[in-house]
Amino acid sequence: MTFDWAYAAAILPALLEGLVITVQATALGMVVALTLGLAMAVVRQGGPRWLGWSVGQFIEFVRSTPLLIQLYFLFYVLPEIGVALSPLATGILALGVHYAAYCAEVYRAGINGVSRGQWEAAASLGFSPWQTWRRVVLPQALPPVIPALGNYLVAMFKDTPLLSAITVMEVLQVAKITGAESFRYLEPLTLVGVMFLALSLAAAQLIRGLERRFGRLGRAA
Amino acid sequence: MTDSLAMLPLLLEGLRLTLQITVLAAVLALVLAIVAGLARSYAPRPLAWLAATYVEIFRGTSALIQLFWFFFALPLLGVELGAFVTAVLVLGLNSGAYGAEVVRGAIGAVPRGQWEAATSLGYGRLGALRRVVFPQAALAMVPPAGNLAIELLKNTALVSMITLSDLTFRAQILRAETLRTVEIFILVLVLYYLAARFITHGMGRLERHLARGRDHGGLAP
Repeated sequence: MTFDWAYAAAILPALLEGLVITVQATALGMVVALTLGLAMAVVRQGGPRWLGWSVGQFIEFVRSTPLLIQLYFLFYVLPEIGVALSPLATGILALGVHYAAYCAEVYRAGINGVSRGQWEAAASLGFSPWQTWRRVVLPQALPPVIPALGNYLVAMFKDTPLLSAITVMEVLQVAKITGAESFRYLEPLTLVGVMFLALSLAAAQLIRGLERRFGRLGRAA
Repeated sequence: MTDSLAMLPLLLEGLRLTLQITVLAAVLALVLAIVAGLARSYAPRPLAWLAATYVEIFRGTSALIQLFWFFFALPLLGVELGAFVTAVLVLGLNSGAYGAEVVRGAIGAVPRGQWEAATSLGYGRLGALRRVVFPQAALAMVPPAGNLAIELLKNTALVSMITLSDLTFRAQILRAETLRTVEIFILVLVLYYLAARFITHGMGRLERHLARGRDHGGLAP
């Protein structure tokens, strides 16, 4: 069997439609991950001790267990407790929570990079904790971590094919169905691989640009 | 509660397969990471280019797509590997590609002076690499290698989607039979978590072992 270019061209539109869903899921998942991750990082550092500890344990647990299981867990358990979400929404939530745990660690590194003197100076100027976070700490902590967060965006993009396991019609699911109908898996799966490769390489290029602009985490500012 | 304990032996049977695949793929990944990581920096042009292509392809596409490609598309080209071999091979290739970057980075971070000192002591290029540079770089590789090992463990959950009855697969079967979703998935999450803890612990010991007799850890100045 050889690669059939005519067949590949015929299935390309359907695959591209799936790719749109993949990109949407990644974008929305990243919005969840960025906000939830930031909230977790701030609570961990600035919240009451028991809460910070619990958040730390939660982060550790989420990072040590497979996304696929977390996906199944939400997919089966949410309806049981009366939360009816579409498979796509469930997938976005799972991606968001999973990567929030990673993002929280990235934010933490950024927050730790802000020197103690900044906190003390803010306190001596009469800033409330909320004002200190918003006006002093986060504006300094966030820019250096942007490239690292970009890396997790790419990682999440590469994990969205897992949503096919809960019937989301993202690009891999489309490829599998197409392949099953025609008994030709070679063209759809190869095309999906090439699409991911192209987008990942483009994103990596973009992140290198961000690193030049914001510096790499850990390098002295 | 007693019923959920009755499910445990079945799940542990699945865990065994999960760990088998993790260990075999990790061995393959270690070899590939060292070979490709060194080849990319020190091999003649065509070999270096080959290593770079391998790394970019496996880092640029997603593990699930690779698994499906090797399982569904490769047999159409006349290469039939079976699910278990496919799982070990693909996960090994995938981790190895990330590992190659770790190896390359750690060796690149060894100060030039170490090479020069080794050369002045009469070591050839290979001798300097083997006796002086690599042992120093190895210590710096351990923490990122530990993270990769946990990523690998988590990635093995994907093999449930190419018919292997690993921990995730058995969880799915048990869920379908008993509908006790919450208990089963929490049990499974805990098992993965413990396996990940075990890896973290082992890597910590390895790091201490490699650091013995040194003034400072890793490549810190």
